[in-house]
Amino acid sequence: MTANAILGIIIAALLSQNFILVKFYGICPFMGVSKKIDTALGMGMAVTFVMALASAACFVVNKLLVALGLSYMQTVAFILVIASIVQVVEMFLKKAVPALYKALGVFLPLITTNCAVLGVVLVNVQNNYNFLISVINGAAGGLGFTLAIVLFASVRERVDKAESPESFKGYPLALIAAGFLALAFMGFSGLSIS
Amino acid sequence: MGEILIAVAILGGLGVAFGAVLAAASKVFYVETDPRLDKLNECLPGANCGGCGYAGCAGYAEAVLKGEAPIGKCASGGNECAQAMAEIMGVEAGEVTRKVALVRCSGEKIYDKDGNLVRGAKSKATYEGFKDCVAASKVGGNGPISCKYGCLGFGTCVKACKYDAISVVNGVAKVNEDRCVGCLACAAVCPRQLIVPVEPHRNVVIACNSMAKGAVTTRGCTVGCIGCGLCKKICPEGAITVTNNLAVIDYSKCTNCGLCATVCPKHLIKDSNVENLPDPSVVVSMNGPAVK
Repeated sequence: MTANAILGIIIAALLSQNFILVKFYGICPFMGVSKKIDTALGMGMAVTFVMALASAACFVVNKLLVALGLSYMQTVAFILVIASIVQVVEMFLKKAVPALYKALGVFLPLITTNCAVLGVVLVNVQNNYNFLISVINGAAGGLGFTLAIVLFASVRERVDKAESPESFKGYPLALIAAGFLALAFMGFSGLSIS
Repeated sequence: MGEILIAVAILGGLGVAFGAVLAAASKVFYVETDPRLDKLNECLPGANCGGCGYAGCAGYAEAVLKGEAPIGKCASGGNECAQAMAEIMGVEAGEVTRKVALVRCSGEKIYDKDGNLVRGAKSKATYEGFKDCVAASKVGGNGPISCKYGCLGFGTCVKACKYDAISVVNGVAKVNEDRCVGCLACAAVCPRQLIVPVEPHRNVVIACNSMAKGAVTTRGCTVGCIGCGLCKKICPEGAITVTNNLAVIDYSKCTNCGLCATVCPKHLIKDSNVENLPDPSVVVSMNGPAVK
């Protein structure tokens, strides 16, 4: 693959095919952990970390499944892999990097059920990305997630302070804001490097 | 049939393999924690109010365990919590005096039926920005009320309170002393630094923070402290001093007699047994009636 193609994949994962705002994966953490910018950033970093790692691990598992002619089991197997990875990562961080564990610790268990992680892995498999590209796609997808959730958190911090009709307070307004943000990201849809 | 078996075997095998990895990892990465830490955490209220100055209850428990923090910093848990923690750590706990927050502003706005202000801080302008004290205080001219020291009444402290102990009444924040645990999360966000800790249910507190000269204070608010010093003169204990045109009570000397409250020409020294406000049946709202 050429450098241009890799750049194209990164830009797609970050902007034009953003996992949250264009593909609508991982909406639960997007709504749930976006009340404050710093927690949103923590969540984004944790997701980026896990996505890159899951991309690598699932690449290996997928090779195994394909070799055994069991590629129809991808989804189930990937869920298993992702759940285990998150657990191991949590334990590893607790022991080795307590500072990082404190920053990401609360978010890690939440990621187990984050469909954006499963999404990125399935995208890797469907496009037959090789190992390196898979990891790059995973990391870029995670950064795209971070971008989306941090942008959204900053919008929500402002919207929370604004005066709004009683029936729109909280989630209704947040959902509308998310819709506008997604609309804005649709503007990237023509963006591609080839 | 064979295919199903293979699928089950592979997935089961993967499961067992990952399970083994997890089991091994939990041994390899096992972090030994002091059993006292969990017990300390159980003693704390778990509200993570931050009143102790540490990052949440877990942060404080850890600091206590390491010996970095003294026992009894938890305002919310109070004496009971301090005793329990002291028992776990095997030390003596000092008495924890309960403190509650006091909003040092008496400028509740009371209007008569014609919409004229009869009591409280005068409004200087109509503010239509974010309903937030920090935002309002940054507007040119020191915010929408005439007193540049007084409560803005947009309830930033109300949002900061985790115990639902503070509310805005007639444009001034009021603390419910029974609910307040003294964590002072409200004081940290108040842009006017109006909130201070006091002992709960004191008869006398000076609820004003105006350091402007008497004439300036009077122009902005009907109840502001003008620094006349009458309270200082009458206080038998010498507990009151007037600095920067503002009377301040030294609570270590104050005997709670309430004499100062009787002489204050502005009725702003609160005798909690006496309701200083005029008849509350008159029309009341933050910005006054719509039609003037």
